[in-house]
Amino acid sequence: MGQKVYRTFEEAVRDIPDSASILIPGFGPGVPLNLLRALYHQGAKNLTLIANGAGGPATPGHENTITSGTLVEAGRVRKVILAFTGATHPSRRSVLEELQETGEIEAELTPQGSLAERIRAGGAGIPAFYTPAGVGTEIANGKEHRVFNGRTYILEEAITADYAFIRAWKADTFGNLIFRRAQRNFNPIMATAARCTIVEVEEPIASEGELDPDQVHTPGIFVHRIVKIPPPPEGILHANPANAAPAHGPAPASP
Amino acid sequence: MQKTPLTRELMAARTAAEFQDGWIVNLGVGMPTLCSDFVVQGRKVIFHSENGVIGYGRNVSGDNADPNVVNAGLQTVELMPFASIVHHADAFGIVRKGLLDVGVLGAYEAAANGDFANWKLAGRKGGGIGGAMDIAASAKRIFVMMEHTTRDKAPRLLRRCTLPITAPGVVKLIITDLGVFEPLGEAFRVKEIAHGHTLEEVQALTGAPLVVDGPLTEVQV
Repeated sequence: MGQKVYRTFEEAVRDIPDSASILIPGFGPGVPLNLLRALYHQGAKNLTLIANGAGGPATPGHENTITSGTLVEAGRVRKVILAFTGATHPSRRSVLEELQETGEIEAELTPQGSLAERIRAGGAGIPAFYTPAGVGTEIANGKEHRVFNGRTYILEEAITADYAFIRAWKADTFGNLIFRRAQRNFNPIMATAARCTIVEVEEPIASEGELDPDQVHTPGIFVHRIVKIPPPPEGILHANPANAAPAHGPAPASP
Repeated sequence: MQKTPLTRELMAARTAAEFQDGWIVNLGVGMPTLCSDFVVQGRKVIFHSENGVIGYGRNVSGDNADPNVVNAGLQTVELMPFASIVHHADAFGIVRKGLLDVGVLGAYEAAANGDFANWKLAGRKGGGIGGAMDIAASAKRIFVMMEHTTRDKAPRLLRRCTLPITAPGVVKLIITDLGVFEPLGEAFRVKEIAHGHTLEEVQALTGAPLVVDGPLTEVQV
């Protein structure tokens, strides 16, 4: 079996073609910032991104930080599936919203729990499931409705993708992964739902047998490529929180 | 009399006073995440965040903050001794199973029929649902924390929402800077009113009839 450990992020993303679909985890912590930067420089376009949100471009002091928002603003993205397709602040209109209005980007807005379960289902061989989230709202339009035990649910379909970019705390050479605290978020489910799962890892990559099997969150059988994050400034350890989309709901400022 | 609308912190403290011992509570982005700073002493409240942090506490910053421990608003929070971490799909499994005693959410509008709207503005193509629809569909109760009016003093408590709704008929309590309100179908019951305000003044800023049971009480924090 082939070697999973890659020396550089550049090598790990080199073969990603135009029109690839990519799962991008992160919710504040847990964003694969080093892989995103490598993809940005690699140049693939017409991408489909599946993520919680596509946060804005880098802010002063964090120009080196590439987010899914940077890829959107650079015109590299054709479609997004997100829980946030608009700016949550009423007075601000994001580039993503403008590109939706001109038709340059197709955006599918999905409740965050349905997004997570669609990805989990995709990685677990389940084609679709019923959920009560969104019943009685615009989101339910055109979706199959079905009543179970007197309650109405809508059908949501699984998501799989060509690639998943994953941010882990620890990994071994087999690809077993451990996440730390809220870095976990979408990482374990996205790691299962792609045909090729590429991991950036904070700690030095362990040998087989060094990680306790009971502590492993993601089995290495889901993982294809691993790259150790080099020390800063070459490697990026923490996201700029201003770039990350929040979890739910608008900031309750006046519309 | 001096009019004293509730500050964000007082609204959070008033909301947190509703959380009973042992409740599992999800706090939305914005004002709601302030509530974890104001748990009534002696009560154990389990704060759930959709990112999988189960059992967080107060907002913390500086040396006490771990950048990898955040709430729904991505603010750094403390982990309680009983905390655990799950992934995003399991965090929402907890929501769908109905384990949340309450979800506290911000809103653009809340209606007398219990609808609320917090994900899409008029004339906008994009929206920000986040976890609000999942939580609103499955929590045992939904509280809304919001400013009572827009900056132009237009009502945001309405008979019916004008914006696309987040969930129908789920709101049990609304905490604003002007008081505490309960949707009754076609009207709101005023449970408490902010210091120095008359019912007539608050009615003028509300888009549905207000009713009062018994004497009008001030917001107690």
